[in-house]
Amino acid sequence: MKKSAEVVIIGGGISGLSTAYNLAHMGCKDVVLLEKKSLYSGSTGRCAAGVRQQFGLEMNCRLAKGSCEILENLNELLDYEGDIEFKQGGYLWLLHTDEEVELYKKNVQLQNSLGIKSRLITVEEALKIVPYLNPEGIKACTFHQKDGHANPFQVSQAYAQAAKRLGVEINIFTEVTDIKVKNNHIVEVLTDKGKIATNKVLNAAGAFAKDIGKMVGVKFPLKPERHQILVTEPVEPLLGPMVISTDVYCQQEPQGSFLMGYGDPNEPEGVDVSSSWRFMEVVAKKVCKILPILSNIKVVRQWAGSYTMTPDVAPILGSVPEVEGFYLAVGFSGHGFMLGPMTGVLMAEHILGKEVTIPIDKLDIGRFKRGELMREPAVS
Amino acid sequence: MSNKDDENTIVCRCEDITLKEVRGLIKEGFKTVDEIKRISRCGMGPCQGRTCRQIIMREIAKATGKDIRDVKVPTFRPPTKNIKMGILAEAAKGERK
Repeated sequence: MKKSAEVVIIGGGISGLSTAYNLAHMGCKDVVLLEKKSLYSGSTGRCAAGVRQQFGLEMNCRLAKGSCEILENLNELLDYEGDIEFKQGGYLWLLHTDEEVELYKKNVQLQNSLGIKSRLITVEEALKIVPYLNPEGIKACTFHQKDGHANPFQVSQAYAQAAKRLGVEINIFTEVTDIKVKNNHIVEVLTDKGKIATNKVLNAAGAFAKDIGKMVGVKFPLKPERHQILVTEPVEPLLGPMVISTDVYCQQEPQGSFLMGYGDPNEPEGVDVSSSWRFMEVVAKKVCKILPILSNIKVVRQWAGSYTMTPDVAPILGSVPEVEGFYLAVGFSGHGFMLGPMTGVLMAEHILGKEVTIPIDKLDIGRFKRGELMREPAVS
Repeated sequence: MSNKDDENTIVCRCEDITLKEVRGLIKEGFKTVDEIKRISRCGMGPCQGRTCRQIIMREIAKATGKDIRDVKVPTFRPPTKNIKMGILAEAAKGERK
């Protein structure tokens, strides 16, 4: 392991890996990435693989649109020998109440103003996109064709390989134990494999970002909470888009399996990646109601990961006023993978003091003290 | 299993992954069953690794000089056997009564 680095990145998920690649790509090759387990073993590798631009908050829309556009060309951009399995089958949002229809009309207006070509459609139009949809109780839908799916393992691996080729040192099974700060400046990162002298640290530790913050005395309003997923056996193509509502989501992966989950409002705060039997029954019931054809398909596996929630369900990006050289890409509130490609570009630009492609000042940690919360309404 | 023909043996029958591919991944630096599973889908199919898990563990042990008992076993994830979605959905309805 290197004894010093210009930038040390903590976390081998999508945010850390894409920032590592972008730093090196922009000319900063003296970068060390530290991951306590294996790459993408945390929230990135446990996510639902969905990629969407249909958000209700301008910053999320812009980050998501940027990320999607990067994913469209990522295999070529990173010269990846594998395939990131990017599929733009769309996201179909099911709206069940008049209030939801009104809110999503506004979301569509916002999305359209930012160049995202989503639209409010009737149930009849939705049935043309998803013939197996049970229309019972659905008032209207929104649809955006360019939303879809990418394989989190392959996307992360593509970034990791490209970063390594450009000279980034990636150390897996290496745990950060402490960060030394002198006169409000970062000076050193300590790990279970040795020390690295550095003045710049990016906290991209996902559900563990709070623990990293404690090492430099910075508190974040982050709450990790468990979200469970299950996956079925692969079958022939039946479903183009991700079908999603405030209640549940379900998408068929390019390889043929259906992947589904829902947010349980009773989930306590904490990093818990265990599976529950109740989840499997409840999600099966919810999905069989909207897509009855899935009743005969078999569940093969379930797992869980963490959503790292912020009070306004928008990520925290940028610097920290108390500690010079400490940067944050945390609190993605369940959207770290889909926002990851753009996050990497913006964080690399910010760390190197360049002009950022999309201004990130509204996403800084200071917004919580200033009371400028943004609140993302479109979250499942 | 050392000659080239043997390397075409299918290790993961659900995802059609050969011994050669598994050995290639270990050489590339994927040295745990979890890492190999995530990058190749080996063990993610309907049988959930019942055939391939042991073989991959043995290959990792051979390549790293570890005793197979020291190779980390991946997390076993429910359900133990495949279950139809409809059966689970019915069970959930029953619970509510």
